[in-house]
Amino acid sequence: MSELLQFLLSGVTVGAVYALVALGFTIIYNASDVVNFAQGEFVMLGGMITVMAYTAGAPLPLAALAAVLATAALGVAMNKLAIEPARGAPVVSLVIITIGASIFIRGAAQLVFGKQIHTFPAFSGDDPIRILGATILPQSLWVIAGSVAVFVGLWLFFTRTLLGRAVLATSNNRLAAQLVGINTPFVMTLSFAMSAGIGALAGVLVTPITMTSYDVGLAFALKGFAAAMLGGMGNPKGALVGGFLLGVLEGLTAGYISSQYKDAAAFIVILAVLFFLPQGLFGRKSTDRV
Amino acid sequence: MNLLSIEGLGISFGGLKAVNDVSFGVKPGEIVSVIGPNGAGKTTLFNMISGVYQPGSGKVLLNGEDVTAMSPHLLARRGMCRTFQNLQVFQSMTVLENTIAGYHLQESGSVLADLLNLPSSRRRAKEAEAGARDLLKRVGLERAAEREAGSLSYGSLKRLEIARAMALKPKVLLLDEPAAGCNAVETEEIDHLIAEIAGSGVAILLVEHDMKMVMRISNHIVVLDHGEKIAEGDPASVSQNPAVIAAYLGAENAAG
Repeated sequence: MSELLQFLLSGVTVGAVYALVALGFTIIYNASDVVNFAQGEFVMLGGMITVMAYTAGAPLPLAALAAVLATAALGVAMNKLAIEPARGAPVVSLVIITIGASIFIRGAAQLVFGKQIHTFPAFSGDDPIRILGATILPQSLWVIAGSVAVFVGLWLFFTRTLLGRAVLATSNNRLAAQLVGINTPFVMTLSFAMSAGIGALAGVLVTPITMTSYDVGLAFALKGFAAAMLGGMGNPKGALVGGFLLGVLEGLTAGYISSQYKDAAAFIVILAVLFFLPQGLFGRKSTDRV
Repeated sequence: MNLLSIEGLGISFGGLKAVNDVSFGVKPGEIVSVIGPNGAGKTTLFNMISGVYQPGSGKVLLNGEDVTAMSPHLLARRGMCRTFQNLQVFQSMTVLENTIAGYHLQESGSVLADLLNLPSSRRRAKEAEAGARDLLKRVGLERAAEREAGSLSYGSLKRLEIARAMALKPKVLLLDEPAAGCNAVETEEIDHLIAEIAGSGVAILLVEHDMKMVMRISNHIVVLDHGEKIAEGDPASVSQNPAVIAAYLGAENAAG
């Protein structure tokens, strides 16, 4: 029993990170139908920039804030330099551009930060908290709280605010959105900033647990993508649920089968979703009028 | 005083002059139609006026301000809206939501007030909804308010697009073939609707293939052929104009 609980708790922790990455996918996908494969690189940058600022002497909260803002700015730059000039290209081309951008960011990170593994101290110490015989790190609670908070924030943003609804309108029909006076280039810029900022936040929260290096982004991108697919691409609720489900699945695989196979869980999920449930758990059916 | 002035507008694609030196104006409350055979450059002209294409030459003036090649969302803010022949509605939103989207410009609440669901933001949402329902009534879609836009008939979608444009409280409305694909009854409904909108002081520029409709509702007609303006005037004089008859029926018929 305590064993199962332990696997569940560690699953929920990684699941929260996947949920944050998946939420990042969701925002850009909603605004532009593009799956941004550089999303994992934002996670890496969040952790890396925090490490850099922290070792340079900045207090941890300030370092974390700087990392989130810097990464958001980089997301905007990526949109301006790589995505916007190719506006009008088919979505597949844009997706390939994001893969190129992710390789570029990874290479640049290797030059700037080196190949070593970095970390910084946990926010509230390293003493594990005991729950019914299982343990959980205080940092895990930060990760879980962070992903739930981001989800609630996004949900309110998309349902309540004019700006949020402008993003949804843009994703629904870009031309129609322009016709009702929505500044769609700004919506794109905003989406990239938010998405990159959320990715960076995930990196900031998880680095004390998993540590970081220049090449951690790819794994986060693939897992987050699997989570978003599982929940239904484009749906924030789906991203959250998909992330936690995938994390728990991974935790159980690692616990009961072998930790060697835990990474396979994500890919089996992708295949299963594509075969049996292409819309994901919460995705809406896409119908085209002809 | 023209609300919308087109001055010497032209564009070339490769070596082909798709539209060449076209000028005319639209006054408040006036319905101006652009007609011409297929390929005459009507839609190209429309796309230049509404900022979708960048004109090669000439100017578009809205209320005296140069708005040439301004992007559609900025034109919408200045009071110029258009509809599209191939329908640009939010398919997966309801009819009511589509119309409320048109109120986007008049709502200008802060993100924070919206997030906290303050009374001011709730009141604005209510006002937008009431306004949207009024407009849906005007275009005869009040019963379909809660239906998903994608499930409406073609004629209803045309009226929905006009309702959404009206929500922006435009000064100039550009309608691209509002009656295309509609049956006779639907065409007549759209007819009345356009006349009513013009009656409220909105300047309307229309591209339409349905000649009966054009002759019935237009105050002024501009005729294009091969990208050039070949005639303009009131419906009666245009329909008698030999150059227009030649363009539509071929030169021999006009001569003979």
